[in-house]
Amino acid sequence: MPALAGPFEDSVAKFANDEFSDTEAAIGEIAASGNALAPRIIGALQDGRLSADPDSKKVFITQTDGKIIDAATGAAVDKLPDNAAAVRLNNRLRRTVEAALGGLTLLSSDPAKRLAAAQSVFKSHEENLLPTVEGALAKESVKSIKQAFAEARAAIILFKPDASDSDKLDAVAVVKARGDQEALALLTGLGDQPPSVTKAAAAAVTSIQSNLAMWSMVQNAWYGLSLGSVLLLAAIGLAITFGVMGVINMAHGEMVMLGAYTTFVVQEVIRTRYPALFDYSLLIAVPLAFLVAGLIGVVIERTIIRFLYGRPLETLLATWGLSLVLQQAVRTAFGPTNREVGNPSWMSGAFELGQITITYNRLWILCFTLAVFAILLAMLRYTALGLEMRAVTQNRRMAASMGIATSRVDALTFGLGSGIAGIAGVALSQIDNVSPNLGQSYIIDSFMVVVFGGVGNLWGTLVGAFTLGIANKFLEPVAGAVLGKIAILVLIILFIQKRPRGLFALKGRAVEA
Amino acid sequence: MLTQLTHKITTMTRRRALAATAGLVLGLAASSPFAPAQAADDTIKIGILHSLSGTMAISETTLKDTILFLIDEQNKKGGVLGKKLEAVVVDPASNWPLFAEKARELITKDKVAVVFGCWTSVSRKSVLPVFKELNNILFYPVQYEGEESERNVFYTGAAPNQQAIPAVDYLMKEEKVKRWVLAGTDYVYPRTTNKILEAYLKSKGVAQDDIMINYTPFGHSDWQTIVADIKKFGSAGKKTAVVSTINGDANVPFYKELGNQGIKATDIPVVAFSVGEEELAGIDTKPLLGHLAAWNYFESIKTPANEKFIKEWQAYTKNPKRVTNDPMEAHYIGFNMWVKAVEKVKSTDPDKVIDALPGTEAPNLTGGVSKMLPNHHITKPVFIGEIKGNGQFDVVWKTPGLVAGDAWSKELEGSKDLIGDWVGKKCGNYNTKTNKCGGQGS
Repeated sequence: MPALAGPFEDSVAKFANDEFSDTEAAIGEIAASGNALAPRIIGALQDGRLSADPDSKKVFITQTDGKIIDAATGAAVDKLPDNAAAVRLNNRLRRTVEAALGGLTLLSSDPAKRLAAAQSVFKSHEENLLPTVEGALAKESVKSIKQAFAEARAAIILFKPDASDSDKLDAVAVVKARGDQEALALLTGLGDQPPSVTKAAAAAVTSIQSNLAMWSMVQNAWYGLSLGSVLLLAAIGLAITFGVMGVINMAHGEMVMLGAYTTFVVQEVIRTRYPALFDYSLLIAVPLAFLVAGLIGVVIERTIIRFLYGRPLETLLATWGLSLVLQQAVRTAFGPTNREVGNPSWMSGAFELGQITITYNRLWILCFTLAVFAILLAMLRYTALGLEMRAVTQNRRMAASMGIATSRVDALTFGLGSGIAGIAGVALSQIDNVSPNLGQSYIIDSFMVVVFGGVGNLWGTLVGAFTLGIANKFLEPVAGAVLGKIAILVLIILFIQKRPRGLFALKGRAVEA
Repeated sequence: MLTQLTHKITTMTRRRALAATAGLVLGLAASSPFAPAQAADDTIKIGILHSLSGTMAISETTLKDTILFLIDEQNKKGGVLGKKLEAVVVDPASNWPLFAEKARELITKDKVAVVFGCWTSVSRKSVLPVFKELNNILFYPVQYEGEESERNVFYTGAAPNQQAIPAVDYLMKEEKVKRWVLAGTDYVYPRTTNKILEAYLKSKGVAQDDIMINYTPFGHSDWQTIVADIKKFGSAGKKTAVVSTINGDANVPFYKELGNQGIKATDIPVVAFSVGEEELAGIDTKPLLGHLAAWNYFESIKTPANEKFIKEWQAYTKNPKRVTNDPMEAHYIGFNMWVKAVEKVKSTDPDKVIDALPGTEAPNLTGGVSKMLPNHHITKPVFIGEIKGNGQFDVVWKTPGLVAGDAWSKELEGSKDLIGDWVGKKCGNYNTKTNKCGGQGS
């Protein structure tokens, strides 16, 4: 072991022992040392950028710009020794690191870091940080961070045994005003307190709970919308192939899967060739997925389905067989295991709206679904192809005698439905597995939505999807996920008995055809 | 047609020209009635009963490749009893009744000496009567709910006391967890495991209010409500953890939702029993840093045996990124135990091999030596690993020695007096209170 210069260096060297207990001791000592390198060491430890050489007991920081420095001295180093390995952490140590870093970055010049520090102190309520927090609170000028500091201070005071009752009562009020689940967790875990404080805390807990209960209704509604958008997205292609054309297309789910795999291939190419474009990968994948699934749809229609019009049972069996063939083909080409499709940065994470958490990926999928729906609707309404499609589905012979090439329109309609299923696959790859089985999990739900909404009516599909989504999400907390799903199926069966043609039944000649 | 296709790969007689032919043609040609006759006497046939299509293909295909790899390695060493080993691969297509049919075909038509196969408990239950009736051997490599010990089956995966109970102990001791969410997919393994865990937690003084049990359907993909519920359950001022028996595909959306809703392992750790290196290969693991898994093997464990195994496996599959996992190691141990037992009795006769297997020892990949017990389960070490950013696990805790697998759980009322003993008592469910064979189970 080389001669070491002082206690700080000794502490740093402990990281090289690869023992959790030594690492914990080192974190405590370094955090307390006041050394200028301390925040950088602990920060590097948190991000996995701190490595140690077990032989020389030297510890290194890989900085965010890629340069390497010696953690004990701050001197620049050319490269890491060959046997240097990242210092390991477990959950307990990660909490220690968070708390230590919170203490060290309370006075950071970066507002985001100060906010994170205040929040981690709120959780750790480390008693000896009280003077630092109070100092930071006095100096802080940003309102939201000042609030966070005040809450952190309140948390510390609540857990400080010698704080006065009136201080503690004020602290309860501050935490109560915060009103979220973390506030609830803090107040319910207070332990032994003077009677007046216990009483105030209990009252605060009740008030927070009733407030949160109200928010949870809002949250269920949001979850319902989000589930509804996924259902709609999966079903919207089927609303064309099954709803408009009347083809019982069991291979619909596989078109969704092909769209998801197209996303995977696009991301693979981007990863290896143009990593800078990663955030745009989905935008590139959407048209490609439409083309891939759409073309395959046209081929399927030309080679199989056109011979089976008017024979639903044969169509069902043929498309089901086709779905197995497509699944196995993908399994052979890409392997049976899940493929990783990454979330672009703008689809990761969440934001808080009041007391509910809204995740970006769900929000984007909702917007995307509505956009796809609007475009499809406009296409059917305002383009020549849309007009021909409606003409052919409403009265094939009349359309044919008006000079419309009905078989070409059939192929294009089926291609359109399949292409939209492919687009759905791009979005679903963001929230589900990309595996050969992806499509199977959506096929039943898709048929359910289309039948419930009313065959042949796009608006029915929209209303059907959102109704089922919201009903499901309000049932789930009460009945559980398994029973909730069963209840929905039972309700649909009953509903179909009453209204066999779904929510919005088509009227007119198409019905008799 | 596709599902009935029978692949046969004659490892010994595989020539370059044949190997170059497409697998489909090879399979059809070899399963014609004329093909197997030539190789009947000078090889020992080994059946592989793992789904290569359908929902379970995601997990089971790797195990098929594992046995092919192990057979290949064994043949390089000269085979067994001077004979080459020959794999017979069938595809039960994730279809439980087809498992029984395919098992019967392997034993009666192909006359295999032993079968390595099954993943789900329901597929194992489906083939049990076939193995009993035709008296053959099944090696079952997956962690399962226990409550079973059959003469013809050897369980090389973990019983609940080799995975679930140590994981809960770890969370209680190291993470000081006081509140528990038991989340699982709705079928027999999670339900039995959770029943055992609930009884165990209560015996440790955990109140009913501090246990939340939640089941979801297979392939559940919308986790918003449940993750929000977990968050709510976790905000009661006591340290909370999730014990997950969520199966297969449903894990990816579950972890994505956890990451997106910002539940970090430092707040509410999730310990999973069905998530291994293979499953993580489909997710970006950075938001999952620190969530846990309990297994008897991790790819990241550094032992010479493991490093050699990984290197040879990746060379065999010609894929330098191919991962290894716990059930693969179980097959590795089981295969080597079978080879040793056969060499000991100098015969592949199932009765002789079944009697020779208990007591047989074979090295595992984590530096220990596992032993086949009289209850047909094996001894294994238990590891707790934390998920790292690169899709691998970092071992943070392990049992001091090997843990013997209990066929019957000590925590459940109906099974705590039962033991499996195929050596002394010749019985899979011997009741130690009444000293009689027979009880719950069969």
